[in-house]
Amino acid sequence: MEYIPQLLFAIALILGIGYFAKNVMKLRRNIKLGRDMTINDNTSERWKNMIMIALGQSKMVKRPIAGLLHIIVYVGFVVINIEVLEIIIDGLTGKHRIFSSIGSAYGVLIGTFEILAILVFVSVIIFWIRRNVIRLKRFLSSEMKGWPKNDGNNILYFEMILMTLFLVMNATDLKFQAMDSGNVISQYIAPWFSDFSEQTNHYIERSAWWLHILGILVFLNYLYFSKHLHILLAFPNTYYGKLTPKGQFENIEAVTKEVKMMMDPNADPFAAPSEDEGDAEVPAKFGASDVQDLSWLNLLNAYTCTECGRCTSECPANQTGKKLSPRKIMMDTRDRLEEVGKNIDANNGEFKDDGKQLLGDYISHEELWACTTCNACVEACPVSIDPLNIIMQMRQYLVMEQSAAPMELNNMMTNIENNGAPWPYNQMDRLNWKDE
Amino acid sequence: MSEQLKVPTMAEFMAEGKQPEILFWVGSAGSYDDRAKKITKAFVKILNKANVEFAVLGTEESNTGDVAKRAGNEFLFQMQAVTNIEVLNAYEVKRIVTCDPHSFNCIKNEYPGLGGVYDVVHHTQYIEELIAAGRLQVGSDTLKGKRITFHDPCYLGRANKVYESPRTVLKGTNANIVEMKRHKSTALCCGAGGAQMFKEPEKGDMDINVMRTKDALETNPNIIATGCPYCNTMMTDGIKAHEKEADVEVLDVAEIIAKAQNF
Repeated sequence: MEYIPQLLFAIALILGIGYFAKNVMKLRRNIKLGRDMTINDNTSERWKNMIMIALGQSKMVKRPIAGLLHIIVYVGFVVINIEVLEIIIDGLTGKHRIFSSIGSAYGVLIGTFEILAILVFVSVIIFWIRRNVIRLKRFLSSEMKGWPKNDGNNILYFEMILMTLFLVMNATDLKFQAMDSGNVISQYIAPWFSDFSEQTNHYIERSAWWLHILGILVFLNYLYFSKHLHILLAFPNTYYGKLTPKGQFENIEAVTKEVKMMMDPNADPFAAPSEDEGDAEVPAKFGASDVQDLSWLNLLNAYTCTECGRCTSECPANQTGKKLSPRKIMMDTRDRLEEVGKNIDANNGEFKDDGKQLLGDYISHEELWACTTCNACVEACPVSIDPLNIIMQMRQYLVMEQSAAPMELNNMMTNIENNGAPWPYNQMDRLNWKDE
Repeated sequence: MSEQLKVPTMAEFMAEGKQPEILFWVGSAGSYDDRAKKITKAFVKILNKANVEFAVLGTEESNTGDVAKRAGNEFLFQMQAVTNIEVLNAYEVKRIVTCDPHSFNCIKNEYPGLGGVYDVVHHTQYIEELIAAGRLQVGSDTLKGKRITFHDPCYLGRANKVYESPRTVLKGTNANIVEMKRHKSTALCCGAGGAQMFKEPEKGDMDINVMRTKDALETNPNIIATGCPYCNTMMTDGIKAHEKEADVEVLDVAEIIAKAQNF
């Protein structure tokens, strides 16, 4: 009988981690639905970016208030997880506070956790006020209605509850309070429970302990369904982030081949493609109309987005009332990817055409054509997401596959084709300015 | 009103068996747009004054393809790029200077992958170089006490992290350089990029250039400085929308330098 708590704990742990692992596999599979591309260059620069941007939060502090609060919650999350390690060992072995054997350092450790816990609690309350009372504009855009709004608040409630449980657990642990070392915050909470008997305190402590660890397991499994995935994906995402100048857009290789062939006076335009070249090298289509056409990095970007809206608040089109919101581009990409993933799950691993796609059903032409390619969204993202890259691929699809550019742009492009300038001027007049 | 500009072409240099120091890439706006042509001429005056041996491609230059690429037409972009690269490589061009950040970005970053590798600099960087080398003097009292605010072009600033050159050059004029609230990496676009220059904006409640000129007007400037022909057009229109065209001038950095020196 005495092993029942340990057994229950082990079962909870296996279920919690198992289900999470299952969803991580699904996440991996969905990201790999994207177009293949190889990123294996400049590893040292990439590690540096990951350490600076993800671990070091260097871009978060561009907005000092949100940045500071975020760093508190982030450091709290990372450091308090050391306590989770103790809880897991205690839970599996039936011991109580196994790390306390390290002596006085334990007090310092727990004291640090307690201070961080209260700081996290306060920060999270401020975050909640920013979203729900002050109602900052970037949290109220149309794409934030419904689930995204609730998701944001759910995460804050989770953290409030977990921090409360941690402090209550310490406050009602009479042995720990008697040690009087490390209870820097919980000593002020303990008196609230001093009217209760020792036994009741013990029950409260046990309940808080169990709810705390179960809460963490539930929270872990909430990640996959939430914008909170960024706590994990920010790391690979900043590692794989673009290193070339922001203004450098990729040249499509398949186009290069065709252009080179067209320009080559010796090439036989009617030649059949040789066997070994095959059709595999030429993409089925240019640009992207659905998530499978985007690169895996675009899809990783989408899962990493935590919907903070810094991109959208910096976007010139969005600021002037246009429909475009870079955040919505990322959210739409993730939503569509999830839909495709579920479709695959429901059809024994094969995607069955559902008559829908990212372009049109999620992202409208109007949004895509409102972009000035100014890179403000890319610059603003604290975790190196590139919404512009997705916008460009969808424009390429519209223009090269569907000839669906706005009429004025078609005129402009016809002019370039005919006379090498976006306006209908004669190429031979190109130097006239010098004599005018 | 011809002012005796010396504008030799690459073909002329080639005929003499010489290589110029730089190729001046004029760009489509700089060649055909009435307002942008003034910027082109101001820059040529600077080059003439500093005795720079430069050449243009003239009628052999064609659109970089940048705007086609941003509009999504990769085919047209690469056709233009490959055509231009053939000409540039035939002339063995090493160094290119341009007044257009879009051409600058495109040739510098997107041509190398297609076989066109050059040292590409923006005209504000080149002017900075000329001053540093002692080939050009800009300090005078013409602009003393004038307030100038510089609007960062997206494709020079955020896209390529060139923030200081235009500012350094402007500071050399003894004018008073004032910054807008959002500048450098957080500068707001003028609204022309991404092929927007060539189409009507989507439905919204304001035009981007009007919003950006509001930023600029908040600094209470005498001159709004630009480093891009498209920004120049957008800011000029923005000033008109705010009915400030009588009080505030919109000038390219090259024009400001030429004006300071009465070139």
